Amino acid sequence: MDKQADYGTPASRVTDRQVTLEIDGKSITVAAGTSIMHAAVEAGISIPKLCATDSLEPFGSCRLCLVEVEGRRGYPASCTTPVDEGLKVHTQTPKLADIRRGVMELYISDHPLDCLTCSANGDCELQDMAGAVGLREVRYGYDGSNHLDAEKDVSNPYFQFDASKCIVCSRCVRACEETQGTFALTISGRGFDSKVAAGNFDNFLESECVSCGACVAACPTATLMEKTVIDHGQPEHSVITTCAYCGVGCSFRAEMKGEQVVRMVPDKNGGANHGHSCVKGRFAWGYATHRDRITTPMIRKSIKDPWQEVSWEEAISYAASELKRIQAKHGRNSIGAITSSRCTNEETYLVQKLVRAAFGNNNVDTCARVCHSPTGYGLKQTLGESAGTQTFDSVMKSDVIMVIGANPTDGHPVFGSQMKRRLREGAKLIIADPREIDLVSGPHVQADYHLKLRPGTNVALITAMAHVVVTEGLVDEEFVRSRCEWDSFEYWSEFVAQPEHSPEAMQAATGVPAADVRAAARLFATDGNAAIYYGLGVTEHSQGSTMVMGIANLAMATGNIGREGVGVNPLRGQNNVQGSCDMGSFPHEFPGYRHVSDDATRALFEAAWGRPLDNEPGLRIPNMLDFAIDGSFKALYCEGEDIAQSDPNTQHVTHALSSMECVIVQDLFLNETAMYAHVFLPGCSFLEKSGTFTNAERRISPVRRVMTPKNGYEDWQVTAMLSEALGYPMPYRHASEIMDEIARLTPTFHGVSFKRLEELGSIQWPCNEQHPTGTPIMHVDEFVRGKGRFMVTEYVPTSEKVNAKYPLILTTGRILSQYNVGAQTRRTDNVAWHPEDQVEIHPHDAEDRGIQDGDWVGITSRAGNTVQRARISERVQPGVIYTTFHHPESGANVITTDNSDWATNCPEFKVTAVEVTRVTQLSEWQRNYQEFSDEQIALAQQRDEARVE
Amino acid sequence: MNIEHLVKMANQIGDFFRSYPDHEQAKKDIASHLTRFWAPQMRQQILDYVAETPDTGLHPLVLSAIREYVKVKSAKSEA
Repeated sequence: MDKQADYGTPASRVTDRQVTLEIDGKSITVAAGTSIMHAAVEAGISIPKLCATDSLEPFGSCRLCLVEVEGRRGYPASCTTPVDEGLKVHTQTPKLADIRRGVMELYISDHPLDCLTCSANGDCELQDMAGAVGLREVRYGYDGSNHLDAEKDVSNPYFQFDASKCIVCSRCVRACEETQGTFALTISGRGFDSKVAAGNFDNFLESECVSCGACVAACPTATLMEKTVIDHGQPEHSVITTCAYCGVGCSFRAEMKGEQVVRMVPDKNGGANHGHSCVKGRFAWGYATHRDRITTPMIRKSIKDPWQEVSWEEAISYAASELKRIQAKHGRNSIGAITSSRCTNEETYLVQKLVRAAFGNNNVDTCARVCHSPTGYGLKQTLGESAGTQTFDSVMKSDVIMVIGANPTDGHPVFGSQMKRRLREGAKLIIADPREIDLVSGPHVQADYHLKLRPGTNVALITAMAHVVVTEGLVDEEFVRSRCEWDSFEYWSEFVAQPEHSPEAMQAATGVPAADVRAAARLFATDGNAAIYYGLGVTEHSQGSTMVMGIANLAMATGNIGREGVGVNPLRGQNNVQGSCDMGSFPHEFPGYRHVSDDATRALFEAAWGRPLDNEPGLRIPNMLDFAIDGSFKALYCEGEDIAQSDPNTQHVTHALSSMECVIVQDLFLNETAMYAHVFLPGCSFLEKSGTFTNAERRISPVRRVMTPKNGYEDWQVTAMLSEALGYPMPYRHASEIMDEIARLTPTFHGVSFKRLEELGSIQWPCNEQHPTGTPIMHVDEFVRGKGRFMVTEYVPTSEKVNAKYPLILTTGRILSQYNVGAQTRRTDNVAWHPEDQVEIHPHDAEDRGIQDGDWVGITSRAGNTVQRARISERVQPGVIYTTFHHPESGANVITTDNSDWATNCPEFKVTAVEVTRVTQLSEWQRNYQEFSDEQIALAQQRDEARVE
Repeated sequence: MNIEHLVKMANQIGDFFRSYPDHEQAKKDIASHLTRFWAPQMRQQILDYVAETPDTGLHPLVLSAIREYVKVKSAKSEA
């Protein structure tokens, strides 16, 4: 198996000066600031090393990489010595050989000699170095003190720490600091007693370690080793693919033994992650082979019936006949489909094509409806494109970082680490969040301002910041005059300058001290490159779209758009939120965000697809559900989405699903929605299919099949079979042909193909004739819409009000170890960190209600009632409670309401008025849920029993 | 769909556009939003409601926008 090249030290950051030197007689020219070790590797010369690796700054401790430099005294470490013009370096001399053998002899004298049975056998740098230096004997016996009996720490579910094999090179400690930014590891003790420790904790699992795997990747021995490698042995080949979790879109090497994944290793060449990972992508991939996977199609007439396993032909034929029957009886618009941001671009493209061309309507939507649809709307209105403006790397040029309603260290951990790196370099940090997220105060990171606003008051806050910028003369007028619509700016600036929009006036609504708002606005406008990063804490509100526009206004007014270090950056929740939106999954627009009423666009697709297409927008997910309850929407094809858990007001959703005559679910597992389904089409994981994902920075990355689909088909093939059964053939032979069609029909994708992705690794759209290698930064010379447009952002309080009956506000969120509805991560050892959803409540609110930490509490809203365990925490402010929705039985969305964003119907997950009381039993909904869930599992088990018979 | 829900959604749209001083343009923007993002059966339902109901609960600007500018191609959508 090819190993990733290791240059020993990072590449130089100097870009404007080159130096030429000679190493072992070879002349080489490299950037100034490059280490001798790095230059040597570039020249094809390998210098022995142990404490150096190119993901970490040089450390110079192992003394193995010493070299001789003509005209200089001594033996400098090549990792810490930069190149210089005309240097003549010798990496192999008798003296160096002597020194290196001596160093290795000392290392090996305190290291178990169990190479043949060691899990790192064949992938151990210590072993390699012993060979490289020609170590033939160890003169020191094991009679003296040593560490050979040091205890193993196997507490972490994914890797073990075997202290007996540790050479104390500090690579793990440095990786935890430099790469991850958690500072969970340290070297305790001195001299002979030095050892790696998980802080002051007894073991890794109890420590502050976030299991990102950076330490494991950095370890040169078997000290920190993946348990899968210990179990299965070393992989024999690898395939580069893209993670299927969050919107960072990390590139991974799937290291394989035949069709078995041995481990997922972050790819150093990954444009989004540069060799870093988080606990989900790195370790939580076991769900792909989990026993809960359903790999055979199933059908049933009624949700009260047992499932029947059938052939693919029967399942597809039955599904198609039901869709046809329902359309014949209830009309063309009585059916629709939901696709998911967990699907590839090619899959979502096909689902919307199926709906528009084969169903003959526009009733297609995607789960971005319930997360980032306001981003699409707000950025299109102001900037002209429904996408973030930057690369992730852009943050390294930011001087001020403003994080609004996002929790990058949990939701987008790899980017969170990059952001923390920049913050440690000195960038300023403004956080607007009702809750104290980790970034507010952490190791070597401290927010300059935490604007701890009340949930639902984002627009009041952003308008107040704009008020400061305008009234204190902080507008970048040159930028606004040259790049934006002046008329819209004038009206907007008059609006925000009104006294009622001042921080002082808005303080009553937001709860944020006016002085802090003023100071934060001044910092943002005046301290260099300022960038805004935001998440669902912005979008999932009744004014989600307004807030997105408010963010764009602020960026334009301060000239913070169109170059590195600045911009408007939506942090997309799932892996392919951006892509699923790009692919025309919304009911009102074709791929490339072109409205269905646009005659020229429609003609283009009609010609390509050979069917007349509807020029009216279709139903959004909430509309489909409402019409299902009304009785006019009767059938749903749902691919990769679990609306019965993820969408608000669960009882409304399940009522709607129960009202339909045919629900077709395509998924890995019998998820919550599938419990209401009549047809189950087995889906496959990202490891079993080909396609592309597009991350939050518009980066299209290849998803490569590393194992045969366990269900027999890739997901796009299932959609194509369904389409063919409906009389609309989709004769693609490979996912690449779908992308070719997308590229033909979508201007921003004209230059994208699987071949081009092979060549470039990944591509940030737009990629076309004007931008053949993609577009890292958007709106550089002009906005996509020509001139940027300022939009007025009047604060309108949500109608979800607190009162005496519901005096608290519930806001929901995500945590590091679980992903979305948890369908994947709950089926991995990640449950070790989050076995259940809990509700965070402030000590004052808890005391008022007699609630102790760990008590069961009932949470009641206008929509419903559920019970969770209380966690008393000052992370939340008084009057606000917080929970997650990763476990279905916790019923977080039983409480959330139908309230939604005015422009897009994105649900207001972040604001629900509730009351919390101590209880002793589960809620009625939970008891009913358990009963229904048990029934459905029994109906599925009857299928297993029938198969056995 | 529940008409109260539709009325609420329409009024929310009105809440955004009514900040603009040109009310004629605001009405057009409201109507344009309803036309571009609401399925025809939703538009038809609110048109029917407006036609049949004296006290709609709609903000006056939204009511005017719907009366003056919102259309559905066919008399009744197929829904």
